[in-house]
Amino acid sequence: MTMTGGVEAAIRRHGAETYPHECCGALVGQSGRVTDVVALPNTTEEGPRRRFLVRPSDYREAERRASELGGELLGFYHSHPDHPARPSQYDLDHAWPTFAYIIVSVVNGQASDMTVWFLKDDRSTFEEGRLHGENPHPDTAQALHR
Amino acid sequence: MAKILIPTPLRPYTDKQDAVDASGATVAELLADLTKKHSGLKNHLYNEQGKLRSFVNIYVNDEDIRYLQKEQTPVGAADTVSIIPSVAGGAPTEVASGVTRTLPELTNDEIKRYSRHLIMPEVGVEGQRKLKAAKVLCIGAGGLGSPVAMYLAAAGVGTLGLVDFDVVDFSNLQRQILHGTPDVGRPKLESAKTKLQALNPEVEIRTYEVALSSQNALQLFEPYDVIVDGTDNFPTRYLVNDACVLSGNKPNAYGSIFRFEGQASVFATKDGPCYRCLYPEPPPPGLVPSCAEGGVLGVLPGMIGIIQATETVKLIMGIGEPLIGRFLIYDALRMRFRELKLRKDPDCPVCGTHPTVKQLIDYEQFCGIRPAAPEPVAVNSATEITAVELKRRLDRGDTVKIVDVREPNEYQINRIPGSQLIPLGDIPKRYEELDPNEEIVVQCKSGVRSGKAADFLRSVGFKRVLNLKGGILDWVDKVDPSQPKY
Repeated sequence: MTMTGGVEAAIRRHGAETYPHECCGALVGQSGRVTDVVALPNTTEEGPRRRFLVRPSDYREAERRASELGGELLGFYHSHPDHPARPSQYDLDHAWPTFAYIIVSVVNGQASDMTVWFLKDDRSTFEEGRLHGENPHPDTAQALHR
Repeated sequence: MAKILIPTPLRPYTDKQDAVDASGATVAELLADLTKKHSGLKNHLYNEQGKLRSFVNIYVNDEDIRYLQKEQTPVGAADTVSIIPSVAGGAPTEVASGVTRTLPELTNDEIKRYSRHLIMPEVGVEGQRKLKAAKVLCIGAGGLGSPVAMYLAAAGVGTLGLVDFDVVDFSNLQRQILHGTPDVGRPKLESAKTKLQALNPEVEIRTYEVALSSQNALQLFEPYDVIVDGTDNFPTRYLVNDACVLSGNKPNAYGSIFRFEGQASVFATKDGPCYRCLYPEPPPPGLVPSCAEGGVLGVLPGMIGIIQATETVKLIMGIGEPLIGRFLIYDALRMRFRELKLRKDPDCPVCGTHPTVKQLIDYEQFCGIRPAAPEPVAVNSATEITAVELKRRLDRGDTVKIVDVREPNEYQINRIPGSQLIPLGDIPKRYEELDPNEEIVVQCKSGVRSGKAADFLRSVGFKRVLNLKGGILDWVDKVDPSQPKY
């Protein structure tokens, strides 16, 4: 799964902004390439430090924004304040198939590790995907080649 | 009969259709028909008890059926039914664990020795036992290997492996603090083992007096948890990286040094980038000088080696934020750190999604370094001259102009009497100071730079240019041993 341009930074920023509460949002793009994110309100009533919920009206809004942006809804991201970027049983119980679930760990208000997960078809577990971004341009890197 | 709108994540189960017709008079009947036609949906819509999952919302037109008659809500042909996901999740409870094998107990002596670790809750007895259980392999016992091995031994890493085949040289002592003046001429591994064992007898030191190679790397790495790259050349650096990835992602605590600048990162972890994600190809041979050619500030490897040791200790204990996906650049002159973000490259030839390098290769060849040609016995008298021959001709009174193309700071260390200093970089703008018809001997430290100078002078019309074979080093060895070498 590739994140273009400011996608990773936008997710990290959102996670830091809502800390110590969880943030959530939609991932928009095409064929495994996230090109945009849509920040969504966390509407959980179970305590936003440990839970997030995207309500149906916001889900519809996300789908609508995705087609406006010329992409598809690829999945969702959320933050784990002061917890590792690994899915919980609760995440598994509530996961949708085929969606990418990006988790960013936010430690003391600073976004750190970021991972991506896909639900197995039999719902037994998540499989971890690989998150990719763009490395420094090879020309700049060459100057650093020591 | 009614139309059911299918949300994105469920479309793979409806042959990619975003709307499916189903028959039935109520929501329950429609969904039963839908899941009969597309059986893959069932598991995702219903739980084990056959109830709709809590995060599955069914709308008839724009109304949630929870506010209508739930699943018994009647549906007519003109109605549209939508399945709309709620997306939910939350934070887990488990934490990163570091080394996970059965942990050895600490003796009373160890508790005393490591007390400053034990009183910090982030380390504690558990962290110290992880260190004791850990096995770290250090490639190289030189500039970087010295501080790495000393601090890891002091910190209580249970097993420390060292790979090196070099002998201690006077020129090592300015930075390689594992070795002292009495060690000159001894194998580095011998002096390293003596020093480390004196520092901490609890640590098991394993030494491997071999050159790391594609033949032995995977076997050497096998028992170790973390590999520390303290190498000084590209072929071994790529070898260490690839062997770490191919050993099932053993973390590579990487460091490198050059003149006043150092770099550090942690490569080849399961989710992080490897050295090749940043540098898929080595630089052309000769472009990046080695420390022997370019020099290195003696304290620099101390700084970088300690970063490598710090990362190693954190990885073992599973604490803090590792230097994974981050590339640290240290500038000693300006005393500044910079950090670059690194990503795992999906096209990386060794750790990408479709790797092309699946076993260790010939790294000398990969880096464009051919095995050194055998020393030619005869001197090409048209282009070269030996130190002994030059001395004989000077003693005979021949008029020979000697041009030293090294840098001024090198010229201060030693020189051939009567030579003129014109650094290689200045030759193109200063060659007119020389007489193109005079016989000229060009000379540098070992003969490489002066070879380039000779080629240049011939190209601008100089008739008789000879390169001093073996440079000032041969001159000191064979003609004037009173002068120092560097």
